[in-house]
Amino acid sequence: MNVTSIKTIYVAEMARSLRTVLQSIVSPVVSTSLYFVVFGSAIGTRITQVEGVPYGAFIVPGLIMLMLLTQSVSNASFGIFFPRFTGSIYEILSAPISPLEIVLGFVTAAATKSIVLGLIVLATASLFVPFSIQHPAVMLLFLVLTALTFSLLGFIIGIWADGFEKLQLVPLLIITPLTFLGGTFYSIDMLPPTWQVVTLFNPVVYLVSGFRWSFYGQGDVSIWISLLMIVLFMLLALLIIQAIFRSGYRLKP
Amino acid sequence: MQEARQAPVIEIQGLTKTYGGGFTALKSIDLDIRRGEIFALLGPNGAGKTTLISIICGLVNPSSGHVRVAGHDIISDFRAARSYIGLVPQELTNEAFSTVWDSVSFSRGLFGKPRNPAHIEQVLRSLSLWDKRKNRLITLSGGMKRRVLIAKALAHEPDILFLDEPTAGVDVELRRDMWEVVRGLRDNGVTIILTTHYIEEAEEMADRIGVIRSGELVLVEEKHALMRSLGRKELTLQLRQPLDEVPESLTRFGLTLADDGHALVYTYDDASTASDSENHDGDSPEMDGHGRQGHDVEGQSGIAKLLAGLDNAGVGVKDLYTRQSSLEEIFVSLVQERKE
Repeated sequence: MNVTSIKTIYVAEMARSLRTVLQSIVSPVVSTSLYFVVFGSAIGTRITQVEGVPYGAFIVPGLIMLMLLTQSVSNASFGIFFPRFTGSIYEILSAPISPLEIVLGFVTAAATKSIVLGLIVLATASLFVPFSIQHPAVMLLFLVLTALTFSLLGFIIGIWADGFEKLQLVPLLIITPLTFLGGTFYSIDMLPPTWQVVTLFNPVVYLVSGFRWSFYGQGDVSIWISLLMIVLFMLLALLIIQAIFRSGYRLKP
Repeated sequence: MQEARQAPVIEIQGLTKTYGGGFTALKSIDLDIRRGEIFALLGPNGAGKTTLISIICGLVNPSSGHVRVAGHDIISDFRAARSYIGLVPQELTNEAFSTVWDSVSFSRGLFGKPRNPAHIEQVLRSLSLWDKRKNRLITLSGGMKRRVLIAKALAHEPDILFLDEPTAGVDVELRRDMWEVVRGLRDNGVTIILTTHYIEEAEEMADRIGVIRSGELVLVEEKHALMRSLGRKELTLQLRQPLDEVPESLTRFGLTLADDGHALVYTYDDASTASDSENHDGDSPEMDGHGRQGHDVEGQSGIAKLLAGLDNAGVGVKDLYTRQSSLEEIFVSLVQERKE
């Protein structure tokens, strides 16, 4: 394992985020905080409890997950797309690094940024709504697994995209709707029976449910199913990336 | 010593590349690159130069064939093979918002080498980039960006340097500076493979020349031998009195009139007496010209017969000089020959 090369990519990616600190950190924190203000403090006070949890506190895990998913995808996809766009990817592809090492460098950097953001948003949420975390270790585990899995997805999107429009397409048209419909703002028990079944095909449901379980000890599905699903998503993403490097898709003609 | 210098550092065998669309960019290329040489790869646009370099460097997958770098297969032993190589690409590709220092240091780390600020400083100074080390790449001129690409390729101290059109779009002064840098690298034992559109560049720097056309390696030859064996020479005779036409008695020499009849041009081939050239090293061009006539007229020296013929025809000569065709002319004639 070429640790120096992995570290070099990691450090360069983190430095890029620090160069664009407003866009990378301040912007997602401000926008997520607005959700807490509007749905937590303002509207939330007029909504009754959901599953025994005050509404403001109920949406905290879902909103962190919303931010985590979008930021992980966005960070990782931009991280690999930008050198492809500028052409400087030649340097990475001609270096003595394996595909796994390239992925580790980009994906761990993207995941680190998302996890830091998640923790910042968690701290920010505590300023607006009172909440507790029953299983902090599980919460951290979910945070890390989700950030890594969706950074892997972002990496795939960054290789698939052949322009900035496509880069935005998946986060805007797929990730955000799935997250909104994945129980971020409600429990799936509140849906009609048919939609409850349909919702189970939404992978984000399992992430939000598991993450919420770590906070309040209850979720829409079992914590074990949630964990199993996130591990399966991660394996699927890794398999796709392996196929990309084997075929050279969009990287090596 | 000479033997070690001649050992191939890159071995290419039967290398073929057919792209997804069916276009065959390389057709069974066999080529050895010797350690420590400057090898210039010439060819028209789309000939396959960049594809060849890209395969060796790991940017393009070969369809078939083998490439070994310092004895390491580029596929099965890619880590070892790539660790020897530095690549300067054709396009000015940079992480626009990085500083020169960060960008060059990044390249070193990418190759798994530990930090070495002294080496980075030395590379930047040698390329006149030291004063720009804190500048963002986006603020640099095209020539400076090109230097940064060279600095990045040298950051990990490669044994082999690929320069894909290194001086494209670079002004003459900068181009000559870069040639000096490249020569300095060669003197330090770095093997250089360059592709170029500037024949002058190959003529100036290369030890050996490869000409590639439509994916086929048309020729690989020592530069001097190539120019000797394929170069044509012209003897220009400045006349005392202008002529309207070439006198009948001189037509057998294939002379052409030039300079409004004030000059006669005699073209002859160097090939037939190429072996004699060994005896003439160090001679002046004029002496070369007199000693290597190609058109053997009636078993005698063509030039001697020509001069005698001119004398007999009463054509007075006030001056004469010879000129050897440039590599560019050789290249054009090679490529055209293939087209025909």
